[in-house]
Amino acid sequence: MTTSPLEQLTEQTAELLASIEALATIEALREAEASLTGKRSILSTLQKSLGALEPDARKAAGAELQEARRVVESALEARRVLLLRDARRASLEADRLDLGDVIVSDVHWPLSIGHPGLVALTQRELEDVFVGMGFSVADGPEVESDWFNFEALNIPPGHPARGLWDTFYVELGEPETVVLRTHTSPTQIHLMEHAVSTNTLPIHSVMPGRCYRRDTPDARHLVGFHQIEGLVVDRGISFGDLAGVIETFTRAYFGPDIASRLRPGYFPFTEPSAEFEVTCTICHGDGCRTCSDTGWIELGGCGVLDPAVLEAVGIDGDEWSGFAFGFGVDRCAQMRHQLGDMRALIENDTRFLGQFS
Amino acid sequence: MKISLTWLREFVDLDESPDELREILDDLGLVVEGVQHVGEGLRDVVVARVEEIRAIEGADRVRLVVVDAGDGPLEIVCGATNFAVGNFVPLAPVGAVLPGGFVIAERTMRGVTSHGMLCSPRELELNDDHQGLMVLDELIEPRVGEGLLEALKIAPDVIFDISVEVNRPDAWSVEGVARDLATRLRRPLRAPSIASPNDAGSSDTFAAAGIDDPDLCGRLTVSVLRNVKVASSPSWVAQRLRNAGMRPISNVVDASNLVMLELGQPTHPYDAAHVAKRTLRARRARAGETLTTLDGVERELAKSGRGLGDTGEDCVIVDGDDRVLGLAGVMGGAASEISADTTDVLLEAAYFDPMTIARSSKRHALRSEASNRFERGVDPHLALRAAARFVEILTQSVPELSWLSNPLDVWGDVPTPPTISLRDADVERLLGVPIARDEVTTLLTGLGFTVKKKKQHLKVTAPSRRLDVREGALGRADVIEEVARLYSYRRLPRHSPTWPEPGFLTARQQLRRHVRDVVVNAGVTEAWTPTLGSDADFDLVHPGIARVRVTNPLASDESVLRATMITGLVRAWAKNFERGTGDVMLGEFGVVFQHPSATTEPRMTRGGAGGTLTLALPSENERLTIVLARPEDDASSAVALWDVLAQRLGLADVVVRSSNEPPRGLHPTRTAALVDRASGALLGYVGEVDAELVNAITVAPPLRRLGLLDVDLDALADPTLATRASMFVSVPSRYPSAVLDLAFVTPRSINAGDLAHALRQSSELVEEVTLFDVYEGPTLSEGTRSLAYNVRLSSEERTLSEDEVARGRAALLETAASLGAVLR
Repeated sequence: MTTSPLEQLTEQTAELLASIEALATIEALREAEASLTGKRSILSTLQKSLGALEPDARKAAGAELQEARRVVESALEARRVLLLRDARRASLEADRLDLGDVIVSDVHWPLSIGHPGLVALTQRELEDVFVGMGFSVADGPEVESDWFNFEALNIPPGHPARGLWDTFYVELGEPETVVLRTHTSPTQIHLMEHAVSTNTLPIHSVMPGRCYRRDTPDARHLVGFHQIEGLVVDRGISFGDLAGVIETFTRAYFGPDIASRLRPGYFPFTEPSAEFEVTCTICHGDGCRTCSDTGWIELGGCGVLDPAVLEAVGIDGDEWSGFAFGFGVDRCAQMRHQLGDMRALIENDTRFLGQFS
Repeated sequence: MKISLTWLREFVDLDESPDELREILDDLGLVVEGVQHVGEGLRDVVVARVEEIRAIEGADRVRLVVVDAGDGPLEIVCGATNFAVGNFVPLAPVGAVLPGGFVIAERTMRGVTSHGMLCSPRELELNDDHQGLMVLDELIEPRVGEGLLEALKIAPDVIFDISVEVNRPDAWSVEGVARDLATRLRRPLRAPSIASPNDAGSSDTFAAAGIDDPDLCGRLTVSVLRNVKVASSPSWVAQRLRNAGMRPISNVVDASNLVMLELGQPTHPYDAAHVAKRTLRARRARAGETLTTLDGVERELAKSGRGLGDTGEDCVIVDGDDRVLGLAGVMGGAASEISADTTDVLLEAAYFDPMTIARSSKRHALRSEASNRFERGVDPHLALRAAARFVEILTQSVPELSWLSNPLDVWGDVPTPPTISLRDADVERLLGVPIARDEVTTLLTGLGFTVKKKKQHLKVTAPSRRLDVREGALGRADVIEEVARLYSYRRLPRHSPTWPEPGFLTARQQLRRHVRDVVVNAGVTEAWTPTLGSDADFDLVHPGIARVRVTNPLASDESVLRATMITGLVRAWAKNFERGTGDVMLGEFGVVFQHPSATTEPRMTRGGAGGTLTLALPSENERLTIVLARPEDDASSAVALWDVLAQRLGLADVVVRSSNEPPRGLHPTRTAALVDRASGALLGYVGEVDAELVNAITVAPPLRRLGLLDVDLDALADPTLATRASMFVSVPSRYPSAVLDLAFVTPRSINAGDLAHALRQSSELVEEVTLFDVYEGPTLSEGTRSLAYNVRLSSEERTLSEDEVARGRAALLETAASLGAVLR
């Protein structure tokens, strides 16, 4: 009877484990790896020697060897994790810097020229025009309940008009109750509710902010985009006031040779509703490809507040009336700077970002 | 909706040019998205027969097609593959000018000369089809060499592509558009000719109809048509459908589509032979019922709805055996479809509850021309008129058609048109200008409103098709909008309102602007990174933390709302770095989100149907995050940038305090918290991006430290958290200051800023304390370093005496000693 090649396995395994424990650095581990579990390791040599055994004995010995290999490999892995952690800890420790000790006047600070974002710049210009016209500026959250984003704006659940907005729903609460706001209009509801509860009507506000629509990005659309919306609630406000404000804004922002006009449109939260167009800034009204030869470019939507909206926020429609308007901040930037592809705004190529001042 | 000018002219006289009409339609809110001149430029195009198709050596996209157009074989190179030898196709010969002015010339490709072009419908501007050539075999007798216009019996026409707003289902038809034009132009509106039942037999002797659920189906009419012969439509019908972008199928189906386009009423023809007991009933679908719709998909009906406001209800049409024939108002089933053998037709023209159709269509992801109309609201009173028009059209191809008398007509619940009182003042209040009563009356009457003049007001009743007009004050706004629309928005005068309240930015907005100006002036370039990211990115910084997820992302790696901007900025920087443009400081102002379960005070709001539920929303935190990535930037540079910002914002005293356990993503041993000393509030972090994070994001990890400044703008905007220095300034003493340099051996645990602050408080003589040197080395004991401060002592009243300076110095040393700092 030949002796099993695995006679010494327990001792051999113990030796291997001991030498693994003795590995002090990750570099040492990497070096030793081949001799511990690789092709030239004792385990592999033993594996080869099994070929000489009878099938039954070979099977039993194979299993035994397999188990030994598993033990060694897991010990090696555990050691590797430990050493990597130690190595990281050591390198972090060597790297340690008490930032309270930094002497700012000693810091190497080469001159670099920064650039504000195009959207931020445009938003600021728009805000300034509206502040000059007597509007305050309000912010609002980006995640809203469907009540604020839709229902209070006279778009009840299941209404086909919801299809006008490609909505991202947020996985919270009942399905479709929480959304990424599809427009800045929910901020109108917040403002009106606040004014009612604090008895601070009238409202003359614009609301810029980021919105989201589930729309595949292209040259004219991004998933995240920016709107600015205006809201006036006051006594004796009419459609004529809305048209006047749009016209004043258009000339103030785009220049005296750019005019505005309104045409009927549909928004659930305004009645009458209108789309507003401005003179094409490319051809100045002569007609070109950008404006499909009409001389006009559609910029945004507007209208007199629907009585249902006033009712939803508890404003007395007999005393107060108002209007709202809204348009894309990015679209304004695109028009003003002749930005061919909107996607450049989110690509963050510094050669693009460096053009704004 | 595509509408031809010729068709419109059947309803109203229009002498205006297409451009003028476009203006008018736009101004009516029927926005023209495109104008197409059909049949223009087709004079040179002829019918040709395909004689032979050969491959061209070395070309796999085009083939050589030999055609005969009457003058012998012509070789044409063609890329389309949807035809075979023997087919008839349109040929634009050399010299032809196609619509849009494209001139056909001889062209040589791969050594083969092409003598003309075989055309697709879109190239001929006949419709949008560009799948392949227009195969003309559907023509009854195509003749080689015949002009295409004659062969197709096409009269040149102008097609307006009109976008109809969702609140104007009444305008979603040729008649509807014509009605608006007629009213605006003050011209009469003509009605199309309609048939009358021509068979004395009563419909109820042949068929039956019923409504089980009147809330879902408001009206069900069934006309019985006998002696039907299914054939192809007359050419004028086929052309109208093609012009509208629809494909002609058979005379019965085409008549149904034509009526829908013309009047706005969808109808559905059933083969009576396949309707059990020739009975049509409308009812609620029951759970477990299924239907295979015409598109071949088996659909489970009455599934409970998932979306908000979805009741899970479906309205179905069933036969006399209660077998489901179709999803009412959305799509029919295959079983009772019209076929070539059909001889008896049951024509359904109905009114369905719009919301029911909208929900079914959404739930089954099934939209059809019919559902689009029903969900917006079809005139409940239109059904039988549409049936009569259907018969009129079908009779042209089936003269022997008989229509049984007394069409079945069952009613359920239909909306009652509201009546609204309209005072002159209402119009003026809303529009800002008075409009004469007579003009209001004319405009509304033109649209079909009934207007009764009372002493004080007009009593206005909406026509049944105006389902958009509401009751009461809401309806008043609806009616006045119609007045304004027909009157023309452009004619309404503009006012510029004024009010006493000034415009302003809030403190938060001013702060945001100020911060942006400061960091941009310091050299930061503003970036904009995505709000929606992947789980993997989220886990890099917030492993295992609850995340806010969108249920319907465009892509799986855009499904999680970001909880930090660091990842996005590092990614944006890495792209620039790979491009060789990475020597930059990139910063972003933006919102990061936290799952309501991961925060102790979630944002609560109202939501759910009716806003009756209380919902916990993600908390939103506005931050400014800057990655400093210029070649020698590191944590110290970030501290310097913070110092600039803190000083420019006039923060009273923020200490940069090394943090032992900074958030993940930040370098564990080179990060400090920005702590407002007075409030104890955390205003942000400064330091470096953890190299592990950079390595996880970049393809080839660059050996570069990335400085990081991450500021909480919400905290910065709150004066109770970010303490501002006093607005009152002090004038420096006119007496000379005594200047001391003091170096202290200080335990590592003592923060240099804290010590400076303490030194400043040590006596009223201290004017300023500035750290100017840090030393550590073998001469100092373990765990200590030397901090050297430059201290100025002064008095407002006099030059300090030596004694006073000594006392000041002693106070400084005593204070330092109390913190464990010993003069070196």
